[in-house]
Amino acid sequence: MSDYAASSPIAPRRAGSQAWWNAVNAWLLLLPAAVLLIAFTHFPILATIRHSLFITRRNGTEVFVGLESYQAMVADPIFWRALVNNFWFALGTIPTSIALALVMAIWVNRNMRGRGFLRLAYFTPTVLPMIAVANIWLFFYTPDYGLLDQLRGLFGLAGWNWLGDPSTVMGCLIVMVIWKEAGFFMIFYLAALQQLSPDLDEAAAIEGATRWYIFRRITFPLLMPTTLFVAINAVINSFKLVDHLVIMTKGGPNNASTLLLYYIYEVAFTFQDSSYAATLTVVLLVLLSTLALIKFGYLDRRIHYQ
Amino acid sequence: MLIAAALAVLSMGARPAAAVDLTMYYPVAVGGPVTKIIDDMVSRFEKDNPDIKVTAVYAGNYTDTMTKAMTAMKGGQPPQLSVLLSTDVFTLMDENAIVPIDGLVSDKAWFKEFYPAFMANGQIDGKTWSVPFQRSTIVLYWNKEAFREAGLDPEKAPASWDEMVEMSKKLVKKDGAGNTTRWGVEIPSTGYAYWMLQALAIENGQKMMNEPGNEVYLTAPKTVAALEYWVDLSRKHNVAPAGSIDWATLRTDFLEGKTAMMWHTTGNLTAVKDAAKFQFGVAMLPAKERRGSPTGGGNFYIFKSASPEQQKAAVKFIQWMTSPERAAEWSMKTGYVAVSSAAYKTPAMQEYAKGFPQATVARDQLEHAVPELSVHENGRIYKFVGDAVQAAVTGAQKPQEALAAAQQQADRVLRAYK
Repeated sequence: MSDYAASSPIAPRRAGSQAWWNAVNAWLLLLPAAVLLIAFTHFPILATIRHSLFITRRNGTEVFVGLESYQAMVADPIFWRALVNNFWFALGTIPTSIALALVMAIWVNRNMRGRGFLRLAYFTPTVLPMIAVANIWLFFYTPDYGLLDQLRGLFGLAGWNWLGDPSTVMGCLIVMVIWKEAGFFMIFYLAALQQLSPDLDEAAAIEGATRWYIFRRITFPLLMPTTLFVAINAVINSFKLVDHLVIMTKGGPNNASTLLLYYIYEVAFTFQDSSYAATLTVVLLVLLSTLALIKFGYLDRRIHYQ
Repeated sequence: MLIAAALAVLSMGARPAAAVDLTMYYPVAVGGPVTKIIDDMVSRFEKDNPDIKVTAVYAGNYTDTMTKAMTAMKGGQPPQLSVLLSTDVFTLMDENAIVPIDGLVSDKAWFKEFYPAFMANGQIDGKTWSVPFQRSTIVLYWNKEAFREAGLDPEKAPASWDEMVEMSKKLVKKDGAGNTTRWGVEIPSTGYAYWMLQALAIENGQKMMNEPGNEVYLTAPKTVAALEYWVDLSRKHNVAPAGSIDWATLRTDFLEGKTAMMWHTTGNLTAVKDAAKFQFGVAMLPAKERRGSPTGGGNFYIFKSASPEQQKAAVKFIQWMTSPERAAEWSMKTGYVAVSSAAYKTPAMQEYAKGFPQATVARDQLEHAVPELSVHENGRIYKFVGDAVQAAVTGAQKPQEALAAAQQQADRVLRAYK
């Protein structure tokens, strides 16, 4: 580096080669991550978009059909049903599980007996395997012998076909997913709460602020980055649910519990129609990237206070 | 040369000279320890044929197994043979996945041993694409004690649709609060709803599909009437629970006395027999215009990608599994219909049927049976029909409109195969 400042005529070229070498170095360091990102993210996205414009004939040849699959999708009632279901599912699960997570986190953040046990209890649903969760809840919801109907029976109420009735099946799934997600989100809130400086609380308390006021004006705003992070995760999860549907409802009755990703799974693997599945995947992709854009382009700037 | 010889010797030491590895996927759609029965049969086959090694993989229900097989094929690791729905044949042919089995056997007389009703689904364009294995028809199970309690003849099952409604009304039991504790009859509407609807349509004198497998008749007045009857059981006569009835838990409902009668596959027979704490009967399905049930269940398929040796070994395995003694054993252990009349003539089966006459009802019903709904893209068509049935039984749509929607979607999918 010492001859960098020297007035030797070769210095600029040296500097140039140095910069060049730095760039190569940087790219080499980035290479492993870049290869993974391209191989498992960017390439599949492009391949999916391409595939949605083609149809694979039964003999294996690909035929370009342009937007034909998209037209079929717009005319497909099950697709719209899945999309609407997904909207209600997201609306039903996200705000409640986040609110519940926050309440639980504040609750177990205090000094109290059995705190470790309570934290563990709240977190347990998250570490259970998806299929086990589905089977547990299947037992709760089974008409007549299920736990819910046994409880109803104590009050002389008749059994209810929870998962077999289109008016209750979505509610049942929402309750189950809230149970599962809230504990997971609680961990993030708990971590965030422990990062907050107690000075702020003390200062506010000296000023005579009530606990609700402290929460509303200090704690909650300071937790906003966590809330945003958790909300993004919750949205993604609400589009990711497949396992429970396979075990519990198969999307039924009459598609009342079909969500977008489950429908993609069904089209791709049960119907073996990969090009239509690609078309549906592009929709999912657009939905999720729109959300990501809103997050990075707008919300991040408003929520991080630094 | 030396190295090659050494390698050959080494590899011979590791395994029998001409060992052939086979992977088979198979489904379980009924109760009972079916995987154990299969594993046991496979290990006995391997003992008889040390040069063939069979890996039997349980792959879920029929739909899951088909999904697994097709996904494995597209991933380049297909099984060499599988038990799949007999009705998957068009899809498997369309995907170029299977080979006709008649090209692999020298003695064509073998095919004549099977019941023709079971061969019907697998024979297309004069070729035999699959061989029957776990075949069934839908039968009516009834709880004799419930019949006695309701003042009905415990030895007589309903013979007609009207009779089934009349008897069911007597069989419904309510508790003090007016809640139903026992239903008259339950027909499952998840899993294989198309199958149950087809049974009702056949009884009403209506075919559900054409031979080339590119048309379905969902809006035919008699198909609509069949679904209306089904829906009326709960909505008009109040003898069946409202909402959809789950295929997998229906057996438990019957065993717990929550329903006095159920329509289910004969494949469940042994599981019911082993678990029932009451006397029960098995009957052919009741008639409207005629008696009838679709055949159902799984066939053996051999995959095209298997090597010639593997295909030959697969045939050997299939012949072993479907031989009269094994077919009889399989039937006794599960309740599935044995695939050949020779199986029913074996001493073991005759002895069994003497003590348990219910074991032959499904076979006797074959006389009235019709091939199961089998068309191109059957996975999709089954979903459309299943959705329509569920829309109707849950009251979301009238049978007529639900089936009209399904027909429209089916027509769109099947257009490509005309």
